[in-house]
Amino acid sequence: MSINLTLLIVMGVLYACGIYLILERSLTRVLLGLMLLANATNILILSTGGYAGLAPLFSKETNPEAYSDPLPQALILTSIVISFAVTAFMLGIIYRTWVLARQDEIQDDLEDVRVAKTPSFDAEDDAIVPLETSEFAVTPTTTTDRSHPEATEKPHTSTTQEGGSA
Amino acid sequence: MNLANLSPLAVLLPILGAALAFLLIRHHSAQRAVSIGILSVTLLLECLLLVSVWNGGTTSVTLGGWLPPWGVVLVVDQFSSLMLVVSTVVSLAVLIYATGQGMADGDQEAPVSIFHPTYLILVAGVSNAFLTGDLFNLYVGFEILLTASYVLMTLGGTGPRIRAGVTYVVVSVVSSVLFLVAIAMIYGATGTITMADLAVKLAELDQGTQNLLHVMLLVAFGIKAAVFPLSFWLPDSYPTAPAPVTAVFAGLLTKVGVYAMVRTETLLFPGDTLNVPLMVVALLTMVVGILGALAQSDIKRLLSFTLVSHIGYMVFGLAMSSVAGLGAAVFYVAHHITVQTSLFLVTGLIERRGGSSSIDRLGGLAKLSPLLALLFFVPAMNLAGIPPFSGFLGKLGLLQAGVELGTPLAITLVVGGVVTSLLTLLAIARVWNRAFWRKPEDAEYPDPVLLASGNVGVLPRTMVGSTAGLVVFGVALTVFAGPLFHLADGSAEIMLDRSAYIHSVLGDSVEVPALPQRDGAK
Repeated sequence: MSINLTLLIVMGVLYACGIYLILERSLTRVLLGLMLLANATNILILSTGGYAGLAPLFSKETNPEAYSDPLPQALILTSIVISFAVTAFMLGIIYRTWVLARQDEIQDDLEDVRVAKTPSFDAEDDAIVPLETSEFAVTPTTTTDRSHPEATEKPHTSTTQEGGSA
Repeated sequence: MNLANLSPLAVLLPILGAALAFLLIRHHSAQRAVSIGILSVTLLLECLLLVSVWNGGTTSVTLGGWLPPWGVVLVVDQFSSLMLVVSTVVSLAVLIYATGQGMADGDQEAPVSIFHPTYLILVAGVSNAFLTGDLFNLYVGFEILLTASYVLMTLGGTGPRIRAGVTYVVVSVVSSVLFLVAIAMIYGATGTITMADLAVKLAELDQGTQNLLHVMLLVAFGIKAAVFPLSFWLPDSYPTAPAPVTAVFAGLLTKVGVYAMVRTETLLFPGDTLNVPLMVVALLTMVVGILGALAQSDIKRLLSFTLVSHIGYMVFGLAMSSVAGLGAAVFYVAHHITVQTSLFLVTGLIERRGGSSSIDRLGGLAKLSPLLALLFFVPAMNLAGIPPFSGFLGKLGLLQAGVELGTPLAITLVVGGVVTSLLTLLAIARVWNRAFWRKPEDAEYPDPVLLASGNVGVLPRTMVGSTAGLVVFGVALTVFAGPLFHLADGSAEIMLDRSAYIHSVLGDSVEVPALPQRDGAK
């Protein structure tokens, strides 16, 4: 099987641009990168089908060398439809990100950042056991603020004052 | 008539159900009835399929009037039918749970009505991936389930879900492109994409080309199966989705990747060329995953990391390419789908009862809701591999196979497996101690819902019922572990032998190529 050099070069350029673009932080560029990758792959599949310009399969007696392989084209058709659907979905997501955050960028996972910043000191497991273990109320100065930073509603802490945790 | 000829219905029924559910989009109760009914019928059909192949052996169905190796074939063997049954049991339980949640919330969130059609499409994609005997059709199956999962992941379109959805979509699309490139190269090298035909023709290629194609397929499937170091996307994206969606993703989607890896390793590229790298990857997946889990304070994220970690066990079993190892891996997949899904469902219940899924904000759930504690405790111990549960039996099978193999690397993996199991227990015990055992007042930042008295955080019966059903199914896997292990070993034997698969697709006249030299495996 001979290789079509033009197709090969186009495919390589598309792959290179696509990989460059999906490494960007901007979502629109990522989407363009994914589209380029999908198209480069379609060209790759096409190039497995043999030369360009051969006639389609017409009768059973045709010499296998003389007609173009229909299967890669069927595969490409399927993959075009799939990448079309995914592109439409990605556009929807990008629009939604814009509506929500007014920015077209991939955002960090806050929980991940929080876990990464957590010190190895564990508030409950590693804390020094407080000497004062009585049930009586602790003086207000030792009571720490126990509301979670993310809490929308501040929990009532008046009944629970058995010693600060951290 | 052979029952296996009905196997296309396992894909068609959910798709038809999805169409019907889409038509009934404004009639919530009818929609619920249709999707649950369709899924139940599918489950019944798949049980019949399992029984039929258990007795009758591997069967293939030719679709569309094109004979293999040109047309698409569906192949039902013991492994695929077992996976079908387990996956549909899990999807049915999650669907009932989700309808319970929808009813309890009064369908407040507008897009819930598209949940049912999308969910059924997801099930159809999973079934298609399990059944297909054609590499490109496997790609299509993956795309069906992935596209449905994109929609489910971003259901409601809130900020965190969109953020997680972007990562998930981009990673999935890249892995699909890699898979498609591998398919194109395989087609270019062999001129066929029917898996049975490939099993014959790939063996004729030279070793370098074989290795290239092999690695490309494994990388593509490794991303989908979340094998370290390709697992980075999973803990980032799964926890933000709604509880039932996370549950079904955790149970099924990564296992479809594992299933595809098993097929690649046994059918397309048998032998032990890549066993050593696979074992190293399995070890890293186990250890790195569980260390990640220990650092988390959110139960959903913690479970996502245990999910990654336990994929390592399956890859370990697969990498041994012995009947004992592969059989244990098959058993482990069935066990893990059930257990991981039930744990995520329980986490949804915890979130409902305690108002949060962060263990810093929970406490005293064992006293507040003993049933919830029981529902968490059983699958959690099962996951950690405490005897007598199926998790223990599966791990024991893997460790035995590893010791039997006896290479230094296999022994290292056995040790790594035991350590991972203990660390899983530690991670689970941390959740248990904090969320369930201590007093609610002792929580670092107690959630208002947790401390509130009265009629707050009541658990709907449907949700508890479906979770309990799945937990009982998990226990049943323990009780019937004997027959199940027998089935798993049998399916492993058939997969490693390959002749049943190839002959059922291409006819008995085809000669099955001899396996490459295998030194390590017994």
